[in-house]
Amino acid sequence: MKVIREKPAVIQRPHNFCAGCSHGVFYRLIQECVEELGYSKRQIIAMGVGCNCNLTLSKIDTVDKFQCAHGRAAASATGIKRMRPDLLVMTYQGDGDCGVIGLGETLNAAYRNEKITVFTVNNLNFGMTGGQMSWTTLEGQKTATSVRGRDCAATGYPIHLPEIIAGQFRPAYAARCAVYDPKTVAQAKKYIRRALEAQINGEGYAIVELLGICPTNWGMSPVQAIEHLQKKALQEYPLGEFAGGEQAELAFLRQEAEK
Amino acid sequence: MQMAKKIMMKGNVAAAEAAIRGGAEFFAGYPITPSTETLETLSFRMPEEGRVFIQAENEIASINMVLGAAACGARAFTTSSGPGMALKQEGFSYAARMELPYVVMNVQRWGVGLGMLDSGQVDYLRDTRAGGNGDYRHIVYAPDSVQELVDDLYEAFDVSQKYRMGVLILSEGYLGQMMEAVELPPFKEIRRPDWGLDGTGEVGLKQLCPTYNMALAHELLPVRQERINRVCREMQRWESVETEDADYVLVAFGLPARVCVDAVRRLREEGCKVGLIRPKLVFPFPYDAFHRVNPNVRGFISVETNDLGQMVQDVALAAKRELPQRNVPVYCYTHSAGVPRVQDVVRYYRSVLDGAVKEVY
Repeated sequence: MKVIREKPAVIQRPHNFCAGCSHGVFYRLIQECVEELGYSKRQIIAMGVGCNCNLTLSKIDTVDKFQCAHGRAAASATGIKRMRPDLLVMTYQGDGDCGVIGLGETLNAAYRNEKITVFTVNNLNFGMTGGQMSWTTLEGQKTATSVRGRDCAATGYPIHLPEIIAGQFRPAYAARCAVYDPKTVAQAKKYIRRALEAQINGEGYAIVELLGICPTNWGMSPVQAIEHLQKKALQEYPLGEFAGGEQAELAFLRQEAEK
Repeated sequence: MQMAKKIMMKGNVAAAEAAIRGGAEFFAGYPITPSTETLETLSFRMPEEGRVFIQAENEIASINMVLGAAACGARAFTTSSGPGMALKQEGFSYAARMELPYVVMNVQRWGVGLGMLDSGQVDYLRDTRAGGNGDYRHIVYAPDSVQELVDDLYEAFDVSQKYRMGVLILSEGYLGQMMEAVELPPFKEIRRPDWGLDGTGEVGLKQLCPTYNMALAHELLPVRQERINRVCREMQRWESVETEDADYVLVAFGLPARVCVDAVRRLREEGCKVGLIRPKLVFPFPYDAFHRVNPNVRGFISVETNDLGQMVQDVALAAKRELPQRNVPVYCYTHSAGVPRVQDVVRYYRSVLDGAVKEVY
């Protein structure tokens, strides 16, 4: 039989995430893009603390990874990128790492327009510690620290990192994607590629948030979790590009045409 | 060889220049009195030399930037003072886990919390122990002059890479702020180590968490201990002033030590047999210095500019270890903020003789 699709060469072993978890697909898409762009042997990933640590622990690939302190990935990635501007430097974080404990580092790196690419998986809760409330947790969502459902008046409302960064700073690229069906997987790959190209072209900071599922901590089967994501999470977290990307390209082309 | 010209330089400015000449390729920091002149100087000197300078959003980010750069094999540097050093502790612990070398300078300010802008030696215990979580140490230099500050920083990057440990320069407010004549060393050639993240996934940190492996926790204990033991054997440095026949030996580092040199001279003129041990590094603490004092010494007096007495603990341990047969009393003169005057030290010495003050240990 003819092989029509191969995994990225750097990935050598299976991951050890829970069944249905979005991390595996998202990370594979990132490595597919990195390979297509010719950076497989010229990449460093600043790793957050949380479920994403499993990428390091399971030794799934041979990629240079730097284990950061919880929340500090954008700062460590800044140090790496400034020392090695020739390399592709990414962070790989969860929503707790990137948008709660590391909110300061994330926003400040975006503010400086560091030429790094931030990948963050938003699964609406703190996965590794057993499903506590995160800043991304939906209103009314039950977690280990919001057992009666999240009361946003008392705990804050769901945070929208790509929108905040696109709205307040001048990033090269900001987008949100998902990976629950072939269409969204294709879209996610397009976004990831654009975010990496923004760095390679020296345009500046890029962030891609993956709206993922966490069947284990949501107490659902993977299929139920995808249905929940489509019915509830997508209302709060729309997919799309918020800075750079297709709309910006069209606007640029329109401007050029008018000249 | 032509001698380099001596020039007047402020401690913090000289430190910046010495770091550059010592090969610092990367700096990230945040302004904080009384250390800021180093950051200011590096903000234009680093780019002039084609090196990296980042003004970070805070001290937590700066140390994490330093770790990122250090992981790529760079000679990375950061500075701070009291409250800022507190914020960096998390990063120090992570660096220890990965055995990353870096240099940090703490220009100490006196007090707790926000502290005061006066000089002091209040961070001794924190900086000679592990300030963050876990078992680790810094190699801690404690210069007493701007020239020694320059020499220490110049050497620090090599030492840090040799042992793959963080090096801490324990400066103090007045040392950073005062001007003295210094001779600047020549520029060092920057050498990259044979490890570091280079993007290929093939070189790596080599020693990434080699010894912090849960399955090998007990098996690798001697490896972890030997790292520190080697530093303790190789890096003890001190200056002794008339300790061979001294009845009482003062122990002081940094600026108070300079005062103690004068106090020894004055007391000697009066016929009092007093000496001084000045640790040039406070980790490793110079135990060997205590082995060479008068075996009939009647007491050690630690002179410190803090409130509760900190180095006195190490002085007591040194006295116990090097003079095990004798229970030599260890006193502590805690001057609090600033720098003591010679007469303060002399007065305290007299009250020790009078029995007006009691030993701490």
